[in-house]
Amino acid sequence: MNLLQIKDLDLDIHGTPILKGVSLEIGEGEIHGVIGESGSGKSMTALSVMQLLPEGSACRGEIHLDGMSVLEASEPDLCRMRGDAVGMVFQEPMTALNPLQTIGAQVAETIRIHEDVSQAEAMARAGEVLRRCELPPEDFPLRRYPHELSGGQRQRVVIAIAIALRPKLLIADEPTTALDVTTQAEILQLIQQLVREDGMSVMFITHDLAVVTGLADRISIMRHGEVVEQGDGASLHRSMTHPYTKALFAASSHQPERAGQRAETPLLKVDALVRSYPAARRSLFGKGERFRAVDGVSFEIKKGESVGLVGESGCGKSTLTRAILGLEAAQEGSIHLDGAQVLAGGQASAEVRRKMQVVFQDPYGSFNPRHKVARLVAEPFHLLGRKATEAEIDEALTSVGLTSGDKFKYIHEFSGGQRQRIAIARALIIKPELIILDEAVSALDVSIRAQILDLLADLSDTFGLTYLFISHDLSVVRAITDRVLVMKQGKIVEQGPSEALFSNPQHPYTQTLIEAVPVLPDADISQVETT
Amino acid sequence: MRNLVLGLSLTVLFVLGAVISFLWTPYDHTSLEIANKLKPPSLAHWFGTDHLGRDILSMIMVGARTSIAVAIVAVGIGITLGVPLGLLAAAKSGSWLDEVIMRSNDLIFAFPSLLIAIMITAVFGPSAVNAIIAIGIFNIPVFARVTRGAALSLWTRDYVLAARVAGKGGFRISVEHILPNVMNLLIVQGTIQFSLGILAEAALSYVGLGAQPPTPSWGRMLADSQTLFMLAPHITLFPGFAILLTVLGLNLAGDGLRDLIDPKLRRGAR
Repeated sequence: MNLLQIKDLDLDIHGTPILKGVSLEIGEGEIHGVIGESGSGKSMTALSVMQLLPEGSACRGEIHLDGMSVLEASEPDLCRMRGDAVGMVFQEPMTALNPLQTIGAQVAETIRIHEDVSQAEAMARAGEVLRRCELPPEDFPLRRYPHELSGGQRQRVVIAIAIALRPKLLIADEPTTALDVTTQAEILQLIQQLVREDGMSVMFITHDLAVVTGLADRISIMRHGEVVEQGDGASLHRSMTHPYTKALFAASSHQPERAGQRAETPLLKVDALVRSYPAARRSLFGKGERFRAVDGVSFEIKKGESVGLVGESGCGKSTLTRAILGLEAAQEGSIHLDGAQVLAGGQASAEVRRKMQVVFQDPYGSFNPRHKVARLVAEPFHLLGRKATEAEIDEALTSVGLTSGDKFKYIHEFSGGQRQRIAIARALIIKPELIILDEAVSALDVSIRAQILDLLADLSDTFGLTYLFISHDLSVVRAITDRVLVMKQGKIVEQGPSEALFSNPQHPYTQTLIEAVPVLPDADISQVETT
Repeated sequence: MRNLVLGLSLTVLFVLGAVISFLWTPYDHTSLEIANKLKPPSLAHWFGTDHLGRDILSMIMVGARTSIAVAIVAVGIGITLGVPLGLLAAAKSGSWLDEVIMRSNDLIFAFPSLLIAIMITAVFGPSAVNAIIAIGIFNIPVFARVTRGAALSLWTRDYVLAARVAGKGGFRISVEHILPNVMNLLIVQGTIQFSLGILAEAALSYVGLGAQPPTPSWGRMLADSQTLFMLAPHITLFPGFAILLTVLGLNLAGDGLRDLIDPKLRRGAR
């Protein structure tokens, strides 16, 4: 008897079909990976089990959880089920916790809702649950607030809330997507350990095949609200038959082809750069200490080279980017672009600035929603002191695979992947030498990511571009860069040619980073056309 | 949505009344007919007549002119001075300029607005123009603060960063990227300040510091009629309702606009 049985589940929201005949079984103690790209209906499947669907939703089909028919259950029964029989972990630990409540109170709340216990007892049990999630009360007192914890620690608190009552089923919706690789590895390990101890079942929702293949007993691949393929976690990469599954595996380990034509002249030269911020003062009259976000960083990028900058959140990547772009002054050291100093005399000159452009991570926040694409793309022309011609805008748009008719549209008419193309068009339009890609593909689905990586590789070959590719995703960096810099706590701890560095890391931090990356088994994807 | 429709129709009704009064009113609002004083509402005088025999409907229509004119100019003063100050404070956030602007705002906020308005009109003499200036000054910090708050969060957006990479300065970014995106907020705030302006004008006229006779004003109509309230309630009720419904209409319209514009609230609103 399976713990969770979903049979022919259809879901409409305001008449739009979202799920079509989804069937899925999760046995006791089984970890079931549900994989799909954005809009595939994986989160909606999870919310159907919890019956926490948005207004205007209509479910048809059957959902049986531990003998209870969820679709026929009354709201009070569902309330008893949520949190007790089913726990849920969300993607963003910052928003899943109430910032004004202590972590102990938030775990205790779940216990007190479902069981008639005193506050003191609930707090004591909360302490035990947090200990199981490796936040022992000795080191992490229950009266801590979420903002006093790191992202990974917060996610542990969210997991503690979910497992406080030892639920039979844990639904984890992209629980590690917002985390760094090393933290992700720790959280995955924690979930596995809890499953072993409690015999709990897990529905693990993710877009990342690599995360789930090492973890899940069974895998369901979803697309457009349908389950296209199901298989064993360990062998799906060999047994897969559906073309979409194959395409997904292919895109996940996609290697863009690059000609690589680099000169020996350095384009960007960063020398002993220091950027520090005033840290909080310890006492009223004490001398303010300074936090060195970038601490004596030196490196060079040659013309036509593609260099990766890897590090976890808070390592100083963004600060370094801003310094290179001439947006913030550095305290010590110098940055030279093509021989000219960036930020000479406090203000980066237009001559230096026009040689570099940037593409940001978030395809939704990178554009002013009130301007048309033509105006958005032409923005860097401010540096040249003239307006862009129609031909130049058309050329930029067509070079990233869009049509010239797109310039009359507003940004909300485009999908995430198309927006990222527009962002690249905006960076390309004044023909810069250096393009800084700040997590430029991190927010994209794997198949779109593969397309954008191909586009970037093409453009670099056509225009002889130099890339500084900043990312926390090591597999992407490995695929597209010639050389990699590893950054930790404001310092570059290791650098070298990508292949050599990834196959034979020297610095212990690099080794931990690389070990933490979930690996995709070598799939038999030879018969698939790369899309 | 229902609030928005109701609020907008009330607002349109009063604006229409004010506009029509330029062309036509049932009676001349200045003509006195002492013989016809304190007549209750009738077919000849829909809203009745006051203690000097003037037609109340005509006075309310012309009075709407005063209220709307004062409120529009006062909100105009607030927007033309407050919004640039707010944008400037946000662009230079953390600098001494930001501090100076925002602390001066606090200074103005610290005074009860009506008290200062009374002081200004007391010093410079009671008139509609002085009332406008007094009410307008208190609109400046409201708009400055709303603009700065919204602009600060916009300054952290990637598209602003992209504009900085394109070499654009604080002024251009404020005009091209920040202002269009705070506009919807300003429209909502403007509607609400508009209703407060009407209320403030009525209050100033009530104590005799607003528009001077013979220009009719809702506030003074209330003041004139309060001793006769027991004798002829209609001469108090009609200007009172005029103020109530206009302010209510503008507030509903403001709330409705905010619900319509803010996607976060839109989901909850039915």
